[in-house]
Amino acid sequence: MGGLLSEELLSTIGRRSEPRREIVTRRDIRKYAVATGNRQRKYLDGDEAPPMFHVPLFWDVVELGQLTPDGVSIDSLLPKFPLEKAMAGGLNIEYHKPVYPGDWLTSTRTLTDIYEKQGRSGSLIFYEVVMDIVNDDGDLIIREKTTRILR
Amino acid sequence: MTVNAERFAGLRVGEQLPGREHTPDNVQLMFYNAALWNGHRIHFDEPYAKNVEGYPGLVIAGPMLGDWLHQCVEEWLGEDGHIFSIDYSNRVATYIGDVLTAGGEIAALNVETMEVEIEVHIKNQSGDVVTPGKVVVRFADAG
Repeated sequence: MGGLLSEELLSTIGRRSEPRREIVTRRDIRKYAVATGNRQRKYLDGDEAPPMFHVPLFWDVVELGQLTPDGVSIDSLLPKFPLEKAMAGGLNIEYHKPVYPGDWLTSTRTLTDIYEKQGRSGSLIFYEVVMDIVNDDGDLIIREKTTRILR
Repeated sequence: MTVNAERFAGLRVGEQLPGREHTPDNVQLMFYNAALWNGHRIHFDEPYAKNVEGYPGLVIAGPMLGDWLHQCVEEWLGEDGHIFSIDYSNRVATYIGDVLTAGGEIAALNVETMEVEIEVHIKNQSGDVVTPGKVVVRFADAG
């Protein structure tokens, strides 16, 4: 037992964000395809959304006063962790159905796990957030699991 | 045999995907973060990135490297299949001025499901793997 994780902290596992519903537009797809240097016509023309288009679609939009001095929005899904320095994290994404302009998609984020491990230079805290994205029929379109490490 | 099945039948473990060099500049990084609505200063405020956070330059946003892993696979794949899943992590920070190369290699083939496992990576100009990953591609016809 490392003991960094209090009962109170662990009780936040399962916490879920309010669902967010957004529309996919041709213009947003085109901007994203250009920004990422994509070379495929169907994406540059906005006929279909490329993989990872859900990243810009569901990035948090907050007001200026809610940003920290370094320009970051605070993730209200996360509890206050006893370690705060973020290290490399990992991403796992499953693509179940393609995404097209005109689609309405709804994302819900869940804090699915918090655990502690011993690293070379001390304790590390891992947490996992799963984002499920569904269409208006309730079909799963994309599932993304983010794992982050704090030291 | 469908086009997809024919293409799948010709694949071999160890086959290399065509590599692609990326040399992102300030404009591309600005467009990327604007598309996300990401205001993190380390991506556009050079004096802040250097003097306050101690980085050697503007930091390239991690998910953009993840996107390049997808592009590497999709450009090789064409319309013969689709990416079902990806696992990747940003291990080493990258900066404007870096020369970043995306590449991949077929690691496993599953004949029954017509799935292909591809080891993918982004390397920097020193040859360090900055973003390793694994992509699963499905060649089976949709539906």
